[in-house]
Amino acid sequence: MARMKFVCDAERCIECNGCVTACKNEHEVPWGVNRRRVVTLNDGVPGEKSISVACMHCSDAPCMAVCPVNCFYRTDEGVVLHDKDICIGCGYCSYACPFGAPQFPSQGTFGVRGKMDKCTFCAGGPEANGSQAEFEKYGRNRLAEGKLPACAEMCSTKALLAGDGDMVADIFRNRVLQRGKGAEVWGWGTAYGSRQAGQPAGAKS
Amino acid sequence: MKHLLLIIAAAALLSACGEKVQTGAAGKQDAAAYNGTGKPFVDAGWKPGDKTSWELHLKARGQNSQNEYSRTN
Repeated sequence: MARMKFVCDAERCIECNGCVTACKNEHEVPWGVNRRRVVTLNDGVPGEKSISVACMHCSDAPCMAVCPVNCFYRTDEGVVLHDKDICIGCGYCSYACPFGAPQFPSQGTFGVRGKMDKCTFCAGGPEANGSQAEFEKYGRNRLAEGKLPACAEMCSTKALLAGDGDMVADIFRNRVLQRGKGAEVWGWGTAYGSRQAGQPAGAKS
Repeated sequence: MKHLLLIIAAAALLSACGEKVQTGAAGKQDAAAYNGTGKPFVDAGWKPGDKTSWELHLKARGQNSQNEYSRTN
Protein backbone atom coordinates (compact mmCIF):
# COMPACT_ATOMS: atom_id res chain seq x y z
CA MET A 1 0.00 0.00 0.00
CA ALA A 2 1.13 3.48 -0.74
CA ARG A 3 0.45 6.29 1.68
CA MET A 4 -2.85 7.28 3.22
CA LYS A 5 -3.93 10.69 1.96
CA PHE A 6 -6.82 13.16 1.99
CA VAL A 7 -7.92 14.99 -1.16
CA CYS A 8 -10.69 17.60 -1.10
CA ASP A 9 -12.54 18.26 -4.34
CA ALA A 10 -13.25 22.01 -4.13
CA GLU A 11 -15.77 21.74 -7.00
CA ARG A 12 -17.93 19.43 -4.88
CA CYS A 13 -17.53 20.81 -1.36
CA ILE A 14 -20.73 22.60 -0.34
CA GLU A 15 -19.45 23.84 3.04
CA CYS A 16 -21.96 21.71 4.95
CA ASN A 17 -19.43 20.97 7.71
CA GLY A 18 -20.58 17.34 7.78
CA CYS A 19 -16.92 16.28 7.93
CA VAL A 20 -16.29 18.53 10.93
CA THR A 21 -19.34 17.20 12.72
CA ALA A 22 -18.51 13.58 11.91
CA CYS A 23 -15.00 14.03 13.28
CA LYS A 24 -16.11 15.71 16.49
CA ASN A 25 -18.76 13.08 17.09
CA GLU A 26 -16.63 10.06 16.24
CA HIS A 27 -13.75 11.06 18.49
CA GLU A 28 -15.70 13.02 21.11
CA VAL A 29 -13.36 15.96 20.54
CA PRO A 30 -13.76 18.65 23.24
CA TRP A 31 -14.96 22.22 22.71
CA GLY A 32 -12.30 24.48 21.29
CA VAL A 33 -10.51 21.71 19.44
CA ASN A 34 -11.22 21.30 15.74
CA ARG A 35 -9.27 18.52 14.15
CA ARG A 36 -10.96 19.36 10.86
CA ARG A 37 -12.58 22.53 9.56
CA VAL A 38 -13.94 23.93 6.32
CA VAL A 39 -12.19 26.95 4.83
CA THR A 40 -14.00 29.09 2.26
CA LEU A 41 -12.19 31.23 -0.29
CA ASN A 42 -13.93 34.40 -1.51
CA ASP A 43 -16.78 33.85 0.93
CA GLY A 44 -20.01 35.43 -0.28
CA VAL A 45 -18.65 36.17 -3.73
CA PRO A 46 -20.24 34.24 -6.60
CA GLY A 47 -18.00 31.30 -7.39
CA GLU A 48 -16.71 30.92 -3.84
CA LYS A 49 -14.86 27.70 -3.15
CA SER A 50 -14.67 25.70 0.04
CA ILE A 51 -12.17 23.10 1.08
CA SER A 52 -12.03 20.81 4.09
CA VAL A 53 -8.71 20.99 5.92
CA ALA A 54 -7.11 18.85 8.61
CA CYS A 55 -3.72 17.23 9.12
CA MET A 56 -2.54 16.25 5.65
CA HIS A 57 -0.23 13.55 7.00
CA CYS A 58 2.71 15.04 5.14
CA SER A 59 5.35 12.73 3.72
CA ASP A 60 8.01 15.10 5.07
CA ALA A 61 6.10 16.49 8.02
CA PRO A 62 7.41 19.79 9.43
CA CYS A 63 5.76 19.07 12.80
CA MET A 64 7.96 15.98 13.13
CA ALA A 65 11.03 18.00 12.22
CA VAL A 66 10.53 20.71 14.84
CA CYS A 67 9.22 18.65 17.77
CA PRO A 68 11.80 19.03 20.57
CA VAL A 69 10.73 15.84 22.34
CA ASN A 70 10.32 13.70 19.21
CA CYS A 71 6.78 12.65 20.05
CA PHE A 72 5.73 12.14 16.41
CA TYR A 73 5.96 8.94 14.46
CA ARG A 74 4.74 7.71 11.09
CA THR A 75 2.93 4.42 10.60
CA ASP A 76 3.64 2.01 7.75
CA GLU A 77 0.62 3.50 5.97
CA GLY A 78 2.11 7.00 6.10
CA VAL A 79 -0.18 8.31 8.84
CA VAL A 80 1.53 10.91 11.05
CA LEU A 81 0.65 10.26 14.69
CA HIS A 82 2.00 11.43 18.03
CA ASP A 83 2.39 10.17 21.57
CA LYS A 84 0.56 12.40 24.04
CA ASP A 85 2.53 10.91 26.93
CA ILE A 86 5.66 12.45 25.43
CA CYS A 87 4.17 15.72 24.10
CA ILE A 88 4.95 18.73 26.31
CA GLY A 89 2.44 21.06 24.63
CA CYS A 90 5.08 23.58 23.54
CA GLY A 91 3.25 24.50 20.33
CA TYR A 92 6.24 24.37 17.96
CA CYS A 93 4.30 21.97 15.72
CA SER A 94 1.47 24.48 15.35
CA TYR A 95 3.94 27.15 14.19
CA ALA A 96 5.51 24.74 11.72
CA CYS A 97 2.31 23.27 10.27
CA PRO A 98 1.14 25.07 7.08
CA PHE A 99 -2.41 23.76 7.59
CA GLY A 100 -2.97 24.79 11.20
CA ALA A 101 -3.65 21.17 12.09
CA PRO A 102 -2.23 20.96 15.64
CA GLN A 103 -4.82 21.95 18.22
CA PHE A 104 -4.37 22.64 21.91
CA PRO A 105 -7.15 22.06 24.43
CA SER A 106 -7.35 24.75 27.10
CA GLN A 107 -9.65 23.32 29.74
CA GLY A 108 -6.88 22.79 32.26
CA THR A 109 -6.06 24.90 35.27
CA PHE A 110 -5.96 28.64 34.39
CA GLY A 111 -6.68 27.72 30.77
CA VAL A 112 -3.23 26.23 30.44
CA ARG A 113 -2.34 24.94 27.00
CA GLY A 114 -2.67 21.18 27.07
CA LYS A 115 -1.05 18.49 25.02
CA MET A 116 -1.40 18.73 21.27
CA ASP A 117 -4.37 17.12 19.56
CA LYS A 118 -4.78 16.61 15.82
CA CYS A 119 -6.38 14.49 13.15
CA THR A 120 -5.18 10.89 13.38
CA PHE A 121 -6.62 9.76 10.04
CA CYS A 122 -8.87 7.77 12.40
CA ALA A 123 -5.84 5.62 13.25
CA GLY A 124 -5.73 6.21 17.02
CA GLY A 125 -2.36 6.39 18.71
CA PRO A 126 0.32 4.29 20.33
CA GLU A 127 -2.03 2.74 22.90
CA ALA A 128 -3.49 -0.71 22.21
CA ASN A 129 -5.77 -0.69 19.15
CA GLY A 130 -9.40 -0.13 20.12
CA SER A 131 -8.61 0.29 23.83
CA GLN A 132 -10.35 2.78 26.10
CA ALA A 133 -7.02 4.52 26.73
CA GLU A 134 -6.54 5.00 23.00
CA PHE A 135 -10.06 6.36 22.57
CA GLU A 136 -9.73 8.83 25.43
CA LYS A 137 -6.42 10.22 24.17
CA TYR A 138 -6.71 9.97 20.40
CA GLY A 139 -10.23 8.94 19.47
CA ARG A 140 -11.51 5.92 17.62
CA ASN A 141 -9.21 3.71 15.58
CA ARG A 142 -11.32 3.15 12.47
CA LEU A 143 -8.44 1.96 10.32
CA ALA A 144 -7.98 -1.00 12.66
CA GLU A 145 -11.71 -1.66 12.24
CA GLY A 146 -11.29 -1.90 8.47
CA LYS A 147 -12.93 1.50 7.91
CA LEU A 148 -11.83 4.78 6.37
CA PRO A 149 -11.82 8.12 8.23
CA ALA A 150 -15.29 9.18 9.39
CA CYS A 151 -15.04 12.63 7.78
CA ALA A 152 -14.60 11.22 4.28
CA GLU A 153 -17.13 8.43 4.74
CA MET A 154 -19.73 10.93 5.97
CA CYS A 155 -19.10 13.50 3.20
CA SER A 156 -22.45 13.89 1.46
CA THR A 157 -21.05 14.97 -1.91
CA LYS A 158 -17.93 12.82 -1.69
CA ALA A 159 -15.87 15.97 -1.99
CA LEU A 160 -13.54 14.73 0.71
CA LEU A 161 -11.69 11.61 -0.37
CA ALA A 162 -9.54 9.51 1.94
CA GLY A 163 -7.55 6.36 1.52
CA ASP A 164 -4.59 5.05 -0.36
CA GLY A 165 -2.94 7.97 -2.18
CA ASP A 166 -2.96 6.23 -5.54
CA MET A 167 -6.64 5.38 -5.22
CA VAL A 168 -7.86 8.85 -4.21
CA ALA A 169 -5.69 10.45 -6.91
CA ASP A 170 -7.25 8.13 -9.51
CA ILE A 171 -10.78 8.99 -8.36
CA PHE A 172 -10.06 12.73 -8.42
CA ARG A 173 -8.28 12.56 -11.79
CA ASN A 174 -11.23 10.70 -13.29
CA ARG A 175 -13.64 13.37 -12.01
CA VAL A 176 -11.59 16.17 -13.53
CA LEU A 177 -11.45 14.34 -16.85
CA GLN A 178 -15.19 13.66 -16.79
CA ARG A 179 -16.16 17.24 -16.03
CA GLY A 180 -13.54 18.62 -18.40
CA LYS A 181 -12.46 21.30 -15.93
CA GLY A 182 -11.42 21.73 -12.35
CA ALA A 183 -7.68 21.37 -12.46
CA GLU A 184 -7.38 25.12 -12.07
CA VAL A 185 -9.60 25.33 -8.99
CA TRP A 186 -7.03 24.37 -6.40
CA GLY A 187 -3.32 24.42 -6.91
CA TRP A 188 -0.45 26.64 -7.86
CA GLY A 189 -2.58 29.18 -9.71
CA THR A 190 -4.99 29.63 -6.81
CA ALA A 191 -2.20 30.00 -4.31
CA TYR A 192 0.23 32.17 -6.26
CA GLY A 193 -1.90 33.87 -8.88
CA SER A 194 -0.31 32.50 -12.01
CA ARG A 195 -2.53 31.69 -14.99
CA GLN A 196 -3.30 28.07 -15.63
CA ALA A 197 -5.17 26.13 -18.25
CA GLY A 198 -8.91 26.69 -18.03
CA GLN A 199 -8.75 30.16 -16.49
CA PRO A 200 -10.06 33.00 -18.61
CA ALA A 201 -7.60 35.75 -19.41
CA GLY A 202 -7.71 38.54 -16.87
CA ALA A 203 -9.58 36.47 -14.29
CA LYS A 204 -8.47 36.78 -10.72
CA SER A 205 -7.10 33.42 -9.75
CA MET B 1 41.84 -1.63 54.44
CA LYS B 2 40.88 1.90 55.37
CA HIS B 3 40.92 2.95 51.70
CA LEU B 4 38.78 0.01 50.71
CA LEU B 5 36.19 0.92 53.34
CA LEU B 6 36.17 4.51 52.13
CA ILE B 7 35.61 3.41 48.54
CA ILE B 8 32.74 1.10 49.54
CA ALA B 9 31.16 3.84 51.66
CA ALA B 10 31.50 6.40 48.85
CA ALA B 11 29.99 3.98 46.35
CA ALA B 12 27.06 3.30 48.66
CA LEU B 13 26.45 7.00 49.30
CA LEU B 14 26.83 8.15 45.69
CA SER B 15 24.71 5.40 44.22
CA ALA B 16 21.63 7.49 44.99
CA CYS B 17 22.96 10.26 42.75
CA GLY B 18 22.57 8.23 39.56
CA GLU B 19 19.98 9.13 36.93
CA LYS B 20 16.78 7.15 36.79
CA VAL B 21 16.24 5.05 33.71
CA GLN B 22 13.78 6.91 31.44
CA THR B 23 12.26 4.16 29.39
CA GLY B 24 8.99 6.09 28.95
CA ALA B 25 10.70 8.76 26.86
CA ALA B 26 11.57 6.24 24.16
CA GLY B 27 7.93 6.04 23.16
CA LYS B 28 5.51 3.19 22.86
CA GLN B 29 5.36 0.86 19.91
CA ASP B 30 2.12 1.26 17.99
CA ALA B 31 0.46 -1.91 16.76
CA ALA B 32 -0.21 -2.08 13.02
CA ALA B 33 -3.78 -1.26 11.99
CA TYR B 34 -4.19 -4.53 10.09
CA ASN B 35 -3.98 -6.41 13.39
CA GLY B 36 -7.51 -5.21 14.17
CA THR B 37 -8.95 -4.19 17.50
CA GLY B 38 -10.34 -7.46 18.79
CA LYS B 39 -13.68 -5.69 19.26
CA PRO B 40 -17.00 -6.51 17.57
CA PHE B 41 -17.30 -3.12 15.80
CA VAL B 42 -15.19 -4.20 12.87
CA ASP B 43 -16.18 -4.10 9.23
CA ALA B 44 -16.63 -7.61 7.88
CA GLY B 45 -14.80 -8.94 4.85
CA TRP B 46 -11.18 -9.06 5.97
CA LYS B 47 -9.05 -11.14 8.27
CA PRO B 48 -7.40 -9.33 11.22
CA GLY B 49 -3.65 -9.92 11.15
CA ASP B 50 -3.56 -10.39 7.38
CA LYS B 51 -2.05 -7.24 5.90
CA THR B 52 -2.94 -8.01 2.28
CA SER B 53 -6.54 -8.78 3.19
CA TRP B 54 -6.80 -5.50 5.11
CA GLU B 55 -5.29 -3.46 2.26
CA LEU B 56 -7.58 -5.00 -0.34
CA HIS B 57 -10.58 -4.46 1.91
CA LEU B 58 -9.78 -0.77 2.44
CA LYS B 59 -9.22 -0.24 -1.29
CA ALA B 60 -12.54 -1.89 -2.11
CA ARG B 61 -14.30 0.14 0.59
CA GLY B 62 -12.75 3.36 -0.73
CA GLN B 63 -13.75 2.63 -4.30
CA ASN B 64 -17.28 1.52 -3.45
CA SER B 65 -18.04 4.43 -1.15
CA GLN B 66 -16.17 7.26 -2.87
CA ASN B 67 -16.09 6.57 -6.59
CA GLU B 68 -19.59 6.80 -8.05
CA TYR B 69 -18.16 6.55 -11.58
CA SER B 70 -17.48 2.89 -10.86
CA ARG B 71 -21.20 2.42 -10.12
CA THR B 72 -22.69 4.40 -13.02
CA ASN B 73 -22.49 4.03 -16.76
